[in-house]
Amino acid sequence: MHILPGEEIEETQVELLSGGDMLVRALQDEGVNLLFGYPGGSALHIYDAIFRQKSIKHVLVRHEQGATHAADGYARSTGKVGVVLVTSGPGATNAITGIATACMDSIPMVVISGQVPRDKIGEDAFQETDMVGCSRPVVKHSFLVKNAEDIPEVVRKAFYIARTGRPGPVVIDIPKDVTNPSERFPYRYPEKLRMRSYTPAGKGHGGQIRKAVALLLSARRPVIYAGGGVVQGEGAALLAELARCLNYPVTNTLMGLGAFPGSDKRFLGMLGMHGTFEANTAMHHADVILAVGARFDDRVTNTPGKFCPGAKIIHIDVDPASISKTIIADIPIVGTVAFVLGEMLETLKSTEEQPDQSAIVDWWRQIDDWRERHGLYTAPRYQTDGALIMPQEVIRAVYDMTEGEAFVTSDVGQHQMFAAQYYLFDKPRRWINSGGLGTMGFGLPAALGVKIAHPDKEVVCVTGEGSIQMCIQELSTATQYHLPIKILCLNNQALGMVKQWQEMQYEGRLSNSVYEESLPDFVKLAEAYGHLGVKIERRGELHVKLQEAFAERDRTVFIDVYVDPSEHVYPMQVMPNGSMRDMWLSKTERT
Amino acid sequence: MRRIISVLMENEPGALSRVVGLFSQRGYNIESLTVAPTEDNTLSRLTLVTIGDDRKIEQITKNLNKLVDVVKLVDLTEGSHIERELLLVKVRANGAQRDEVKRSVDIFRGQIVDVNSSIYTVQVAGTGEKLDAFLQALGEHTIMEVVRSGVSGIARGEKVLSL
Ligand SMILES: Cc1ncc(C[n+]2csc(CCOP(=O)(O)OP(=O)(O)O)c2C)c(N)n1
Ligand SMILES: [Mg+2]
Repeated sequence: MHILPGEEIEETQVELLSGGDMLVRALQDEGVNLLFGYPGGSALHIYDAIFRQKSIKHVLVRHEQGATHAADGYARSTGKVGVVLVTSGPGATNAITGIATACMDSIPMVVISGQVPRDKIGEDAFQETDMVGCSRPVVKHSFLVKNAEDIPEVVRKAFYIARTGRPGPVVIDIPKDVTNPSERFPYRYPEKLRMRSYTPAGKGHGGQIRKAVALLLSARRPVIYAGGGVVQGEGAALLAELARCLNYPVTNTLMGLGAFPGSDKRFLGMLGMHGTFEANTAMHHADVILAVGARFDDRVTNTPGKFCPGAKIIHIDVDPASISKTIIADIPIVGTVAFVLGEMLETLKSTEEQPDQSAIVDWWRQIDDWRERHGLYTAPRYQTDGALIMPQEVIRAVYDMTEGEAFVTSDVGQHQMFAAQYYLFDKPRRWINSGGLGTMGFGLPAALGVKIAHPDKEVVCVTGEGSIQMCIQELSTATQYHLPIKILCLNNQALGMVKQWQEMQYEGRLSNSVYEESLPDFVKLAEAYGHLGVKIERRGELHVKLQEAFAERDRTVFIDVYVDPSEHVYPMQVMPNGSMRDMWLSKTERT
Repeated sequence: MRRIISVLMENEPGALSRVVGLFSQRGYNIESLTVAPTEDNTLSRLTLVTIGDDRKIEQITKNLNKLVDVVKLVDLTEGSHIERELLLVKVRANGAQRDEVKRSVDIFRGQIVDVNSSIYTVQVAGTGEKLDAFLQALGEHTIMEVVRSGVSGIARGEKVLSL
């Protein structure tokens, strides 16, 4: 039904709204109260509709990539859908990196992009890009809205798809004329959705679950390997109960940190490329592996053909395509992590059977021996008496200072791995990093998204002097919205992770991984944006200065810590052709 | 192994590009692909032929099923099925050749659908193998132009792919 301006309609209870107003109203009806975005021509009708309402707050970022990462941080830390609004063309393409980041880590997000008017599509119009096409490989789904009447249903579907099943980003591309304020249409938000082509997995198969429990109980060298799906799928409490009731060891992936409490004695640390010696070695020798919400990523398995040769594998995942993709599962279970873990616990409680306690005791003795030999938490595995600040001790200090309670976002590189290894997360949704895509520039905008969601919590962005410069402009967003976070820059004056690989694999030829005296003065830079800057260069002043910085509650503090530039991240799995347990433990020591 | 996968999907713009995109993105190959609306015009049916071992095919079907536009799919090669492809071929037909071509067309139960003094246009339907054999029988030098529709297929007996 198309109603011209001024025309009366009889059905008085149906409201008439323009496409732009419909979009905003649909977002409100979906419960959205926060948008991250950046305006431009094709999105102006929508921006005007936002101006004329009160319940949705819009955060103006400084670059569309920042909007997507901020929405992503918001989503990861709350479990809600992050929402982004950008204009067509460059606005839309700037958002692509953040959409891909969310897609790789299965983060619920809805990205609304303006598009050129319908009659201009395909004509290479000003600021036209095929957003549905550009984003296609990095979204869960996308919509091009052809008619204003479709807006409520498209919004409803987009949010449903984004947050259910294996979550992911959904793009809604809206041509400008569809949001035209002078054309109004009846608005009704659909209560029910019917999508015959989309039915996310729910309950796992009962028979498979019983088989899995039987296999678990028969294990002599079990390991529980938990990933981001446990965090996303709200399965952390159930997982902890299961591990404690069986007294089995647990290792978390980079994405799964916090899915099992880092301070629990059953926690082996992270596994994979920079996983702990005990986690990787236990995996290698395991006879039963319970993989929950994890996807046997190549940074976890090392060489698939050599992966855990003696292990039978139970794999629980909501996404059937993740199961038996790289490593074949002996017992696949498709279902939500929470449902399946709940059922497993029920089954365990109702059975008389018990694991072979003496085997489990032996297994723990073995694991404790590995921990003693090379574990990251039984003794410092870095230099403790040198003149230079070690990056690991900075993370330890911040962990102590924040009592392990901070939300920690991170960028990508050595600093990320040190944070993952040394900040032990007891709760899910506290560790926020780009694990799948490995996006430098993620940390700062993500931290802003987290801070908006948790204004009273300590939010720390662990970063490197390389990564922080990829989205540094968001320091200005922090000023505008008064978002006091801590930026902890482990400044090693190099693209450290790249340099580490060049030192290990290219005989130290440091091709384009150093800046030759061109680094900015981060203290002045922070001050220029209205923040506080702190530079820490000497080992003796580390704790005092950190303490001072963390005492600041009301301002963003940029803490620029000069760390030992020669330090490498260890353990590091041997590549190529290594197995899980083949690791470098230091520059000179190999397993 | 060669597989024929039949897919029912929403008849929406962009749906086909998602299927094709999935194949290129994940490095699966497509031997042939056909698509057209069904009797229910909200649905299209797509038939694609691909090659891969069981594991690859399992991944392909799982990832196709994951596409939001895909309603249902079946691997026809898992059961007994009928496979058909349409071939149109333009052949030189002069003098003695005319009879020879005509004979081949009859043997392969094809039809001549257009004629002029020196050219036959022939239509043959059948499995890909049969069409290959027909082209071989014609011989390279007589063939002027070949167009093949790609494979469509349907299961034998009671089995149907529908909502
Ligand atoms: C956008 C992007 N470009 C390139 C890379 C490759 N890369 C991975 S780590 C790294 C170095 C990061 O340097 P820095 O932020 O200083 O961290 P460090 O490793 O020194 O702690 C680079 C360039 C990446 N992950 N992301
Ligand atoms: Mg660095």
